[in-house]
Amino acid sequence: MSAHADTHAHDDHGHHHKETFVTKYIFSMDHKMIAKQYLITGTIMGIIGIVMSLMFRMQIAWPEEPNVLFEALLGKWAPNGVMDADIYLALVTIHGTIMVFFVLTAGLSGTFSNLLIPLQIGARDMASGFLNMVSYWLFFLSSVIMVLSLFVEAGPAAAGWTIYPPLSALPMAQGGSGAGMTLWLVAMAIFIASSLLGSLNYVVTVINLRTKGMSMTRLPLTIWAFFVTAIIGIISFPVLLSAALLLIMDRSFGTSFFLSDIFIQGEVLHYQGGSPVLFEHLFWFLGHPEVYIVLLPALGITSEIISTNSRKPIFGYRAMVVSILAIAFLSTIVWGHHMFVSGMNPFLGSVFTFTTLLIAIPSAVKAFNYITTLWKGNLQMNPAMLFSIGLVSTFITGGLTGIILGDSALDINVHDTYFVVAHFHLVMGISALYGMFAGIYHWYPKMFGRMMNKNLGYIHFWITAICAYGVFFPMHFIGMAGLPRRYYTNSNFPLFDDLANVNVVITVFALIGGAFQLVFLYNFFSSMFFGKKAEQNPWKSNTLEWTTPVEHVHGNWPGEIPHVHRWAYDYSKPGHEADFVPQNVPLMDGEEELQH
Amino acid sequence: MTAFLTIIIVLFIAIAIWQMVKIFDLAQVGASNSQIADDKDNKLNGYLMIGFLVFIYVITIVSIVKWGDLPLLSNSASEHGPQIDNLMTISLVIIFIVQTITQFLLHYFAFKYKGEKGRKALFYADNNKLEAIWTIIPVITLAGLIIYGLFTWTSIMNVDEDADPLVVELYAQQFNWKARYAGQDNVLGMANVRLIDNDRANILGLDEADPNAQDDVITTELHLPVGKPVLFKMRSQDVLHSAYMPHFRAQMNCVPGMITQFAFTPTITTAEMRQNPDIVDKVKNINDIRTEKSKELVAGGDEALDPYEFDYLLLCNKICGKSHYNMQMKIIVETQEEYDAWIKEQATFKNTITAN
Repeated sequence: MSAHADTHAHDDHGHHHKETFVTKYIFSMDHKMIAKQYLITGTIMGIIGIVMSLMFRMQIAWPEEPNVLFEALLGKWAPNGVMDADIYLALVTIHGTIMVFFVLTAGLSGTFSNLLIPLQIGARDMASGFLNMVSYWLFFLSSVIMVLSLFVEAGPAAAGWTIYPPLSALPMAQGGSGAGMTLWLVAMAIFIASSLLGSLNYVVTVINLRTKGMSMTRLPLTIWAFFVTAIIGIISFPVLLSAALLLIMDRSFGTSFFLSDIFIQGEVLHYQGGSPVLFEHLFWFLGHPEVYIVLLPALGITSEIISTNSRKPIFGYRAMVVSILAIAFLSTIVWGHHMFVSGMNPFLGSVFTFTTLLIAIPSAVKAFNYITTLWKGNLQMNPAMLFSIGLVSTFITGGLTGIILGDSALDINVHDTYFVVAHFHLVMGISALYGMFAGIYHWYPKMFGRMMNKNLGYIHFWITAICAYGVFFPMHFIGMAGLPRRYYTNSNFPLFDDLANVNVVITVFALIGGAFQLVFLYNFFSSMFFGKKAEQNPWKSNTLEWTTPVEHVHGNWPGEIPHVHRWAYDYSKPGHEADFVPQNVPLMDGEEELQH
Repeated sequence: MTAFLTIIIVLFIAIAIWQMVKIFDLAQVGASNSQIADDKDNKLNGYLMIGFLVFIYVITIVSIVKWGDLPLLSNSASEHGPQIDNLMTISLVIIFIVQTITQFLLHYFAFKYKGEKGRKALFYADNNKLEAIWTIIPVITLAGLIIYGLFTWTSIMNVDEDADPLVVELYAQQFNWKARYAGQDNVLGMANVRLIDNDRANILGLDEADPNAQDDVITTELHLPVGKPVLFKMRSQDVLHSAYMPHFRAQMNCVPGMITQFAFTPTITTAEMRQNPDIVDKVKNINDIRTEKSKELVAGGDEALDPYEFDYLLLCNKICGKSHYNMQMKIIVETQEEYDAWIKEQATFKNTITAN
């Protein structure tokens, strides 16, 4: 169908405005182009975020040693090449912000929700192409502001990505809490606006624009994940926006929402009656669902890729959907587990321990369903598949330690130590990053019409996989030994001297892993121009995006939108010659559809 | 100039890696034209999956053997400490078992069912019984952990006022700690940061008119009598801090504008802990490391490091600004007699405040 469709693509859409460079590549309203814009912006932010992490890892491993790289990249913040303590905290802060929001929220959801929602549900575009364009450009603007904040005289925001006041509210408490924090808040407010526009668009599109036959129970799990993610975003992001606005008021207009009884640098400030704990509640009301905003799309992508490459239906489709919904629901009532020792009522600690540990149940169901999907499959080890299996592995390793951190009694002693850092990097950082890589390798042919080099993909995966464990596995142990996170150096505590060599091991793994991301970047950019031309359906997949022509056309399908007759997972179905049956293929005589 | 050169060098390294990758890339062209995994790839990556499983097990074992028995993990110095350590051990064992099994299944299946041309996968979409099994097993396990956890949490956080605890205020500021003892009456005097008057040495903002404040004692070291419950009242004057006492399995944030609390009973004196074989080993190990490092330092013309002696510590564990990494206070647990002698020597608030 594709060759035929290609030749007619332009005729069919001759009534469209003639596209100029600007409308096609810059202010595009086509979801496929917007997806690419998100991806490339996210990749660039990712490079910045990862380079920052490598810098502070070097500082932790070789504290206060002169480093020419610091001198080159940090300028006045590294006199004689020795990293300054303030910029250390700033690097940690901006690394967290960039990776969580700009890479794993916008870069991941923005890319794949945009690309896949219309293509997989059989829609010509998003419900509102214009809002979609605005959403991207707000994201772009907020990225620019966040990057610009790095060049502020007194330093970028340095209060941790959680920006707890009063530290983040008082410029006299920390250099980064001046103009740097103002820009951080502005960037995040714009980011939230962008995210909300995007999420609304996704939800409306999924609800209204499904093609004939695409019932909710026939939706691919990717779409379920993006759909639920968007809903969580709509519920929780506005709360962060309100927290940011109240913080701006406290900072600039003298209100006391989060501040009270403060004596700093020899003077009493006027604030009275506010509470920093209130900010923590507001922040984590977004902050925890945010974990799932990051993770669910990655799990959705993984479901699709594991099923396709196993040549088997995803095991327990219904259980997968239910567990996504359960995780989404629970994610909004567990935020207090970040605050067990914040000074809130211990009874609340009990409640949040209970709700938090419940999340392990749907998570376990998902993990076992992935494993069962592999069982007796015919696994095609494409790079996307490797990253998906890798995701399941880090999701299990990282997720399991959640039952320690979610337990208020145990959290007392590991709260804010490296144990936490290890936990969340594995379970949401690395897992979501793997999901993103998997998605890129899998849908690259759809995005760019060319294939990425598989052998480079293998090298990229295996080195990354080893380094990810090398970095984050030992971190659990230094955390259990009581080493607090966000320490510029541990040399003031002889108690921790025996952990110094562990930190060196971690940093070496991080540097190797970081360097090998260059393999990916090379593969990603060079394949755009020199990659092998893609076939229409290279992975022999069932979902609708592979029924569109390789060359992108406005409106996705040159002719009629295909109708859907079955679920997305008829792989290796008995009675069919091929080991896949695309969703648009009608049921054969006497063929039964699985009841879902 | 150095900065510029460094950037150039880093760029060159990046370009070199890029070029090497490119050569690799170009060398592939003849070998396989398809970028879709074939049987050879499936086989290779299937074996690598087993290799990776071994890697995960090895790194687990190495970590446990090398760093798993850190004395901090097994030698708690408070009454509730063993409760937390037990629960931690149980959780770790459960995690270890689940991790070992699931990672095995995942990687073994990835190896066992690696794709071969012409083979067809099993069409197996659902099984309610299986779903039920792996819903119910976590439910039971978690129910146990939740119940155990909640009992532990409640017993730790419930302050037994009848036990007549020693009341001590931990006062946090950028970037140091102060301790305030309640004195003879064991009642802390009223305080507010608005009353701070550094010129008159009223550094914690005590209310001079409050009779309870007169016998309060402010110190920069935390002395605790062994075996006596201590009720800590935490205050902060500027930003969030967190009073973290890892040896006692104790932590609570210090929040400006409110008073938070945490109570525990120290069970082992500093002197006893220094005799503990685990701690002796640890200290020796650390001192070996420090001696090595000192040699380097002396060779470079710097001063040698002091030898390390074990002490309990209070650390700040909530990001609080530039010197967050060096906000600490020594904790000394001693016998009641030693404590009484020490506290007697400390000046009371009444005696330290300077006249108007």
